[in-house]
Amino acid sequence: METKSPSGSPSEGPSPTTAPYGHPAHQVRVLDHELSAPHAHAHADVWLSDVTAGYGDRTALEHVTLAVEPGSLLAVVGPNGAGKSTLLKLMAGLAQPWTGRIEILGAPAGREARRVAYVPQAELVDWAFPVTVEDVVMMGRFPRLGSIRRPGADDRRAVTDALAQVRMGAHRRTQVGRLSGGQRRRVFLARALAAEPDLFLLDEPVTGIDATTQELLMDLLEEQAARGKTVVATTHDLACAAQRFQQVLAINRTVVAYGPSNLVLDADVLARAYGGHLLMLEGRTVVLDDAHHHDDAPGGERHFHDRGGQR
Amino acid sequence: MDLILEPLTLSFFVRALIASTMVGVVCAVVGTYVVLRGVAFIGDAIAHAAFPGVVAAFLLAIPFYIGAAIAAVATALAIGWVTKRAGIRQDTSIGVLFAGTFALGVFMFSTINGYVADLFGFLLGNVLAIGPQDLVALLALGLGVMAIVGLLWKELLYATFDPLGAAASGIKVERLEYMFLALVALTIVISLQAVGIILVVAMLVTPAATAQMLTVRFTRLMLVAALVGIGSSVVGLYLSYWLDTASGATIVLVQTGMFLLALAFGPRGLIGRRRGGTPLPETDEAPLETPVDEVPADAPVVAPA
Repeated sequence: METKSPSGSPSEGPSPTTAPYGHPAHQVRVLDHELSAPHAHAHADVWLSDVTAGYGDRTALEHVTLAVEPGSLLAVVGPNGAGKSTLLKLMAGLAQPWTGRIEILGAPAGREARRVAYVPQAELVDWAFPVTVEDVVMMGRFPRLGSIRRPGADDRRAVTDALAQVRMGAHRRTQVGRLSGGQRRRVFLARALAAEPDLFLLDEPVTGIDATTQELLMDLLEEQAARGKTVVATTHDLACAAQRFQQVLAINRTVVAYGPSNLVLDADVLARAYGGHLLMLEGRTVVLDDAHHHDDAPGGERHFHDRGGQR
Repeated sequence: MDLILEPLTLSFFVRALIASTMVGVVCAVVGTYVVLRGVAFIGDAIAHAAFPGVVAAFLLAIPFYIGAAIAAVATALAIGWVTKRAGIRQDTSIGVLFAGTFALGVFMFSTINGYVADLFGFLLGNVLAIGPQDLVALLALGLGVMAIVGLLWKELLYATFDPLGAAASGIKVERLEYMFLALVALTIVISLQAVGIILVVAMLVTPAATAQMLTVRFTRLMLVAALVGIGSSVVGLYLSYWLDTASGATIVLVQTGMFLLALAFGPRGLIGRRRGGTPLPETDEAPLETPVDEVPADAPVVAPA
């Protein structure tokens, strides 16, 4: 078992990299393909090798190489259109790479789907749909049930347990459209927890929610990572990425930097990741980015922008 | 009492009653997914697309079910395929196939010399004319559709609510999509004799739409839709017998009436909502935040004296 500490000895585990833009001042090592790549491949829950992908004739990601170890708590950051959602969809097997290889939990993406829980962006869900909180969480159990079996006592227990973890037990019979934004994110995390996956893929799990809910969700994800589960989450919230995630992947159509959050999230890396969206103010860095604007959506995808939380 | 029992001594009425009840329940169950997916237009299109199949079956002197089923399922799958491959919007591909296939039916129809009353029956439906063999075929197909929904309801629900989450968790969403379109096609085929091509979309959509006014839970919604489907079929058939009116149209009118009642008086309907809507359940633990509409917008305000 590899050490998960960001300060792990440089000789073991895939080292923090900024390949090929490594800046010596960061003491961030460039990934040595000759030595570390096979090692990273063998031990990674998420492994991408020179992946290029897009929609139609538009390229969203180019030459992405990445290995995420089991037990990682990884934030994917980058400006709008950087390919964050696309990267997550590739990992979930929802999109196919044009070139390159992807292996998830030791198999081609999509093969080990029952061990993966993917939570889409909130705008991709029709909140007026006639399902209650517990209905949604129960969906997390459907894949393991298969077609024939109906939800049983074990499944109901898993749902109750997941709802208790996200502290939504009191709302289990509430229609999802009547919940606030933060409560909706909690319900979807509960669905992922109920599925008992080995890999969590979360698209913007902490966007647009209050600080208390954010702390709760991050505590739960931290706990999952501590138990050896792998968590990959996209986020616009750099403060959250810096404070609550062990590792950060900064992308802008390709990997800008990848490593421990304290090393990746410095002004220089951010400047490369965010380009013109970054503003330096008297030593402080401000990211100019709109979390609710996404130019990343492929054709045919329905987005449900909220109309005030109710029908 | 005689008014209710007397028609039951007539074998054609009993056959019609069994057939329309079956059609009512199958349409309501499949229609629940149609409404939640927002694809009512597909139902209408597939119904019209069945017409050339019916005419071809007539020309070849084979049971109309076979012709209608082939034409309807083929069109349903074509809609799914064209939308995916041609990269055009679904409503556009439906519009093209819908009109094209119906035109083909009318074209074939016009090549037949003389008046063909049977074929007109499929446009508007006449469940009272259903024969014993057609009834058996209808029941078999109906039970088949219900069995498939019974097997796949979980996957269909997940894929309808959150297609990305469902696909990522290993549910074969694309395969399910084609399966669903085929189910809609078969549902329409068994409804043709009862309500006809033009009105079948009402049988699919209205019960589920009515149920949406009454409940926010999926399982209850499907149950209420099925009850509306059965109830309106029975009531509509009796009404059409007593009043000597077209059976399909009468059933659809009863459904429409039920929908309007639910719209007006249901808990989520126009008047019910004004009274404050459905109460949220009692909470036994403090939520981290209060949902926006925990307190009904028009809850009595304590006015200063």
